[in-house]
Amino acid sequence: MSIAETTGVPVLELKGIGKQFGAIRALLNVDLTVHAGEVVGLMGDNGAGKSTLVRIIAGNFPPSQGTIHFDGREVHFHRPVDSRAVGIEVVYQDLALANNLSAAANVFLGRELKRNFGPIRLLDHKAMDARALELFRELRSETQPQNLVKDMSGGQRQAVAIARTRLSNAKLVMMDEPTAAISVRQVEQVLGLIHRLKEQGIAVMLISHRMPDIFAVCDRVVVMRRGEKKADKPIADTSPEEVTALITGAKEAA
Amino acid sequence: MSVPTDTQLSFTNVGPARWWHRSLFASQTAYVTLALVLLIVIMSFASPYFLTEGNVQNIAKNFSFIAIATLGITLVIITGGIDLSVGSMMCFAAMITSMVMTSLSTPGMPLASLFVHLGTDGKTAVANVPGLILIVSVLCGLAVSLIVGLVNGICIAVLGLSPFVTTLGMLSIVRGLGYVVSNGKGSFPGGPDAGYFYALTQGNVVGVPAPFIYLMVLALIMAVVLHHTSFGRYVFAIGGNEKAAELTGVSVTRVKIEVYVIGAVAAGLQGIIISGWLGSAPANMATSYELTVIAAAVIGGANLAGGIGGPLGAIVGCVLLEVIRNGLVLAQVNSYWQQALVGVIIIAAVLVDRIRARLM
Repeated sequence: MSIAETTGVPVLELKGIGKQFGAIRALLNVDLTVHAGEVVGLMGDNGAGKSTLVRIIAGNFPPSQGTIHFDGREVHFHRPVDSRAVGIEVVYQDLALANNLSAAANVFLGRELKRNFGPIRLLDHKAMDARALELFRELRSETQPQNLVKDMSGGQRQAVAIARTRLSNAKLVMMDEPTAAISVRQVEQVLGLIHRLKEQGIAVMLISHRMPDIFAVCDRVVVMRRGEKKADKPIADTSPEEVTALITGAKEAA
Repeated sequence: MSVPTDTQLSFTNVGPARWWHRSLFASQTAYVTLALVLLIVIMSFASPYFLTEGNVQNIAKNFSFIAIATLGITLVIITGGIDLSVGSMMCFAAMITSMVMTSLSTPGMPLASLFVHLGTDGKTAVANVPGLILIVSVLCGLAVSLIVGLVNGICIAVLGLSPFVTTLGMLSIVRGLGYVVSNGKGSFPGGPDAGYFYALTQGNVVGVPAPFIYLMVLALIMAVVLHHTSFGRYVFAIGGNEKAAELTGVSVTRVKIEVYVIGAVAAGLQGIIISGWLGSAPANMATSYELTVIAAAVIGGANLAGGIGGPLGAIVGCVLLEVIRNGLVLAQVNSYWQQALVGVIIIAAVLVDRIRARLM
C-alpha cells in the first residue's frame, strides 16, 4: 500500500460509536478508520458486536452515540439504501438472495436496467443477463445468469451476492462471513476476489471467524470483545495466537 | 500471501438449466394445464354437448366470473400474503355501484340533478352524455374497493398485522357494511344507463362473452407487469425473500400496499360484473367466493408460501373448476358432488407438485 493511500482522508471513519438495545449494550465507544485499498479484518466471538457494527455502517439502524464520516463527510443513514447511495456495499451472511429469482435478477434486484418500450419502461433482460454474465466471469464463477438461485451451490450463491456489489462503483465493501458456507476451493476464489477489489483501490471490511482467511488477505485486523474494540494492529505485527487470545479475553488488549 | 488470482476452476455441475427444468415447464401450472387438456378431451368424447358453441360460451362466461378476482389474489399470494375479504368486496362494490347508479338516475336524490332531470312528459331524461352515470357509478364501486384494499395493505405492510387475520376481519367488516348500507335488501342497477350496464357485463362481442374479453386483457397486462417491470420483479422478490428485498432497497411496504389495493380493486370489478349477470346485487352475493378464488389460484400453481404464481395459472385453475362443474352437470351427477371434488383436486394438485419436486 502506498503512503499516499494511508495518509489521505480515510474512506470510513467511525468516532465513539455506541449502540444500546434497551438495557443491552451492544457497542461501546468504537473508533475505526478504513482507508482506500485497505483490507481490514474484523474478528470477535459471537455476540462481540461485529454484526451490530456492520449493520450500523450498512444503515440498517442508526448508532445510539457517535458519528460516521464517509469520504470526509459526516453521514446519517436511515435505511440500507442510504449507505448504498454513498458507495457502501454489503455482502450479508445469509447472502440476502431471493431463491425464486434467477441469478441475474438477484444481482440487479432494486436497480434493474430498463429500456423504453413506447411510453412504458420495461426490464431489459438481455442487458442484465449480459452484464451479470460478465460479472460472473470476472469472479471466475461459472454461474449462469438465467439459472434460479434455489438450484445453486453455496459458492455460486456467494458469487451472486458478491457480483451484486460490483454493479456500482463502491468505495467500501463489507463482507459478513463470506467463506462460512462454501467449499475450500471456493474459499480461494472469494479471497482472490477480495484481492482484486483491493487492487482497484476499494476498501474491504472482512468479518470472519476463519483465522487463515484473515491472515491471507487482510492488511490490518481489528478485534472486538463484548462490544468494545480491543485491538487494531497491522497483520504483520501480530500472530494468529495473539488474535485468538484477544478474542477469548486471555489477553486483555493490544 | 497465498492468493490465487488466475486459477481457472472447472465446474461440471453447472450450466444452463435444461428447458424442462425451467420456468413454465417445471411448474405446477404446466401439468395442471395438461390435466385440463386431458379432461377436455375426455369430456368431449363422453358428452356430445360439451364442445357445442353454446356450452363453450357458457363455460367461458362462468369462469370469467371468478377469474378476474383470481388474477388479483394471485398477485397477493405471490408476495406470500392472502386476502380473505375478496368475496365481501365483490358484493360491496357491486352494491355501491348499483345504488349509486339508481340514486343518480332518480330526480330529487342528492347530486342527481347533475345527471338527470324530469322531462315535460313526466319521464326521467338524461341531462348530459349518455353513459356518464354508468361511468361514475362504476368508479364509485371501484373507489370503495380501493379504499378497503388500502386499509388492508396499510394494516399488513405498515402495522405488521398478519394478512390472514387482517383480511379475515375485513371479510366481516365489509360484509357488515354491505348489510348496513343496503339494510339487508338487494340493490338493482336502474335508470337510463342500466341498459349499457347489462350490455357491458353480460353481453357478447361477436359471440365472445364480454367478461371473457376483460379477463384476457387484464391477464395479458398482468403477465407483462409481472415479468417485464420492476414492480413485478419486486412482487416475486418479496415472496421469495422479503428480508433480501428490503436489504437491496426494494420499497417492500409500498409494493405490498399496492398488491392489496390491486387485489381489492380486481375483486370489486369482478363483483360489479357478476351483479350485471345476476341483474342485482343481493346482500348475500358472493358469500364464500373467497374460498373458490383462493382454490382456483392454488390449483393453478400459486404457492401460498409465496414467490410462485402467474396469470396463466390463475386462469387455468378457474377453467378447471368450471369444466369439472360443467362436466358433472352434463354427466347428470348430483351437483353437490362438485364441492367435494374441488377439495380433492386442490389436494391432488399440491400433492403431485410435491412428488414432482422429490423426483426432479
